[in-house]
Amino acid sequence: MALLEVNNLCISFGGLRAVDDFHINIEKGELHGLIGPNGAGKTTVFNLLTGVYTPDEGIIRLDGKDITGHKTMEINHDGIARTFQNIRLFHQMSILDNVKAALENQYQYSLFESLTHLGRYGRVEKEMTARAMDLLKVFSLDSDPDLLASNLPYGQQRKLEIARAMATDPRLLLLDEPAAGMNPNETRELMDTIELIRDKFGITILLIEHDMKLVSGICEKLTVLNFGRILAEGETKTVLSNPEVVKAYLGDE
Amino acid sequence: MSFLTALVSGLSLGSIYAIIALGYTMVYGIAKMLNFAHGDFIMVGCYIIFTVASTWGSSPVLGVIAAIILCTLLGVATERVAYRPLRHAASPLAVLITAIGVSYLLENLALLIFGADAKAFTSVIPWNGISLFGGQLHIQGVTIVTIAVSIVVLIALQPFIHRTRSGQAMLAASQDQGAATLMGIDVNRTISLTFAIGSGLAAVAGALLCSAYPSLSPYTGAMPGIKAFVAAVLGGIGSIPGAMIGGLVLGIIEILAKTYISSQLSDAIVFGILIVVLLFKPTGLLGKVVQEKV
Amino acid sequence: MTKEKKRTLTTYAIVIAAWAVIEILMRAGLLSSHLQGLLVPMVYYAITAVALNICVGILGELSLGHAGFMCVGAFSSALFSLLTADVLPGGLRFFLALVIGTAVTALIGFLIGIPVLRLNGDYLAIVTLAFGEIIKNLLNAIYFGVDSAGVHVSMQNQMALGLQPDGQTLINGAMGVTGIPHDSNFTLSVVLLLLALFIAQNLIHSKQGRAIMSIRDNRIAAQSIGINVVRYKMMAFTISAAIAGMAGVLFSHNISTIQATSQYFGYNVSILILVYVVLGGIGNIRGSVIAACILYLLPELLRGLNKYRMLIYSIVLIVVMIVNWAPAAIEKREKLAAKFHPAKSAEKKEA
Repeated sequence: MALLEVNNLCISFGGLRAVDDFHINIEKGELHGLIGPNGAGKTTVFNLLTGVYTPDEGIIRLDGKDITGHKTMEINHDGIARTFQNIRLFHQMSILDNVKAALENQYQYSLFESLTHLGRYGRVEKEMTARAMDLLKVFSLDSDPDLLASNLPYGQQRKLEIARAMATDPRLLLLDEPAAGMNPNETRELMDTIELIRDKFGITILLIEHDMKLVSGICEKLTVLNFGRILAEGETKTVLSNPEVVKAYLGDE
Repeated sequence: MSFLTALVSGLSLGSIYAIIALGYTMVYGIAKMLNFAHGDFIMVGCYIIFTVASTWGSSPVLGVIAAIILCTLLGVATERVAYRPLRHAASPLAVLITAIGVSYLLENLALLIFGADAKAFTSVIPWNGISLFGGQLHIQGVTIVTIAVSIVVLIALQPFIHRTRSGQAMLAASQDQGAATLMGIDVNRTISLTFAIGSGLAAVAGALLCSAYPSLSPYTGAMPGIKAFVAAVLGGIGSIPGAMIGGLVLGIIEILAKTYISSQLSDAIVFGILIVVLLFKPTGLLGKVVQEKV
Repeated sequence: MTKEKKRTLTTYAIVIAAWAVIEILMRAGLLSSHLQGLLVPMVYYAITAVALNICVGILGELSLGHAGFMCVGAFSSALFSLLTADVLPGGLRFFLALVIGTAVTALIGFLIGIPVLRLNGDYLAIVTLAFGEIIKNLLNAIYFGVDSAGVHVSMQNQMALGLQPDGQTLINGAMGVTGIPHDSNFTLSVVLLLLALFIAQNLIHSKQGRAIMSIRDNRIAAQSIGINVVRYKMMAFTISAAIAGMAGVLFSHNISTIQATSQYFGYNVSILILVYVVLGGIGNIRGSVIAACILYLLPELLRGLNKYRMLIYSIVLIVVMIVNWAPAAIEKREKLAAKFHPAKSAEKKEA
């Protein structure tokens, strides 16, 4: 059974069909790319999958469980985490606290222990810090964990967002243009990190990206969107050599 | 008949709230700030009328004109000196606190100049009004004038905003200041103009308020200011028809509550209605719902 | 020791040192009775400022109704102390009054939070103001008494309560509550201030605090990492209300008569406290305390200038806001700093 199974997903905004009859099957451990020209509806698909929007039609199944219409928070508990195209960090909080905030549901102590710093507080906080630091190490963000997130350079903010998403211990990770604004070196590094996330942490990944080098380099399968509809899907190589796809990207000439 | 009397005086009070709320809502819509001192401009206007009348004893028209001119200047100057430097401050609370400072400043200046005791204000509308139904229903002159003025203001504002360049600039600036600047709109000038209109209207509202409730103190404007703010929010802040409707609804409910329920609880009822409305329409009666882009 | 822990401990140290100095001055007879009378109010405004900062700085929502929460704490605890005045010894009575005043305010804060926290921004602010005014209005209009037959409530007048001869009117409409035992004092107030600081600082450095601040910084991102936005907003708002209620308990046990007037519990008081919070630094708990103390005492210390003091206060407020917050002023200041400490600012730029 596929980890993510989506059928006939539709949503309209004011009469405009932003996403029409979208479907996708992602197997466990797969690295799947979602590509398409600007305005094709890629981010809208992410927003539908994570419950930011409720679909007009269609069904979303995660590991067989119907999660259509669930709230964003519940969908995260179910096992989907994401990053955002326009970075959404907790900018007035430290790097470390950004990740620790995402550990919220996995570590417990009561409000009383929180207000008094008694009981489990000390031990649990120590565990949370250790776990967060481990994650930050994966992204080489562990040198100054007390720095405010807003003071990080752009490329590292993107990385921190991925680290934060991973802290929620997801089964499926949605990355919205992870390489946007990165230079070729950073992008190469990012490709390694994404593969590491899949291989070492066993997390299935669906990513939106415009950088074709990244897409062809790491994605096994692709889905191409154009004007809200699926234009092509399948193995990366086959899809990228599809003349329809080339036309959609480069225009009629 | 007492119901009609209450309704008419509610309409009158509501019209005053509506005129004040117009100023609130225009400033909010364009400068995106709560001008907490707006209510105090009313008080300043009243003191100007009072001073002109007691010094020269001339017809009230002169006082009202002086009040409108001076309040307009005061509004523009306040924006220029106290609010504009903070327009792009890191927190929107900065300009709110400054507005509170301006409110304190105006109240305490008035306190210093005129003293704390309430002054008897002579109505600027020397017309007794009309009697209907064989004298059973008497409508005061000030009531009629107030309602008429609010209608005139609302009608005059529509073509101004939709037909003139300045009005269009206001609309543009209220939607997106950055884009408006790029389109060659002088945002600073537009905001100044908004403050000018809002403050001028506050002076008009002041003249009407103190003619209907002829007692003037440094704190005269504070509560009507807050009520008008509530009215603007009730109607959907940023919306001109919303301010009008919000003001009228608020005024009528307040007077009806005072007449039929309890004068002590009338404010609680007014505020309670605001809460109930916002629960069902979180951006007010005519406010637009803005969805956050993800 | 981490930087944050050091900062927290310094805050406690400052409060305790200030208390010690004032205590010594008082014992030495160097403080006028007028000044002594200002001490407890100064502290309860500081506590309310801490409470409001949890709402404005940590939760990121503007409340203009915190005076209403003070009012609830003041009245509920005053009723308890009146009823138990003859039964309980002073210390225990005050402790229980504190627990009850805080708990009742927390409950009211929770109930008000349910509708309020569904709104956003300025709409939320005006509704908190509305609730604050409603609380004040209701407590002004209510008559409440007890006798051997039980409790009596009326919204009309004292006579309508129909009390037995052995009855006691507890809330007498606009006349308020009278005869509250004077159970609070400066030292107790400072202890409560420390408690409020302890709670606020601990909350910030806890998982609950992080959840609350993540909502403040980016609600949608907070939801995407599985944070229950409603739950944590309610939590922060309720804690904030409860601490304001605690300040209210100090208020009512510092003067024998309380009335729900605008002077003490109106929206203008909420605004005054907001001024403390903003000037002390949004999210800066220590700053709130310092700003509250200085700004509360400032007009009183300007009493020599009598008529002009509030005028000066308002001008100072405007000037301070512009100097502190205007982007142009900040830039000018940084340039000036660079001139005098070239090394230091270069270091800053690098970081």
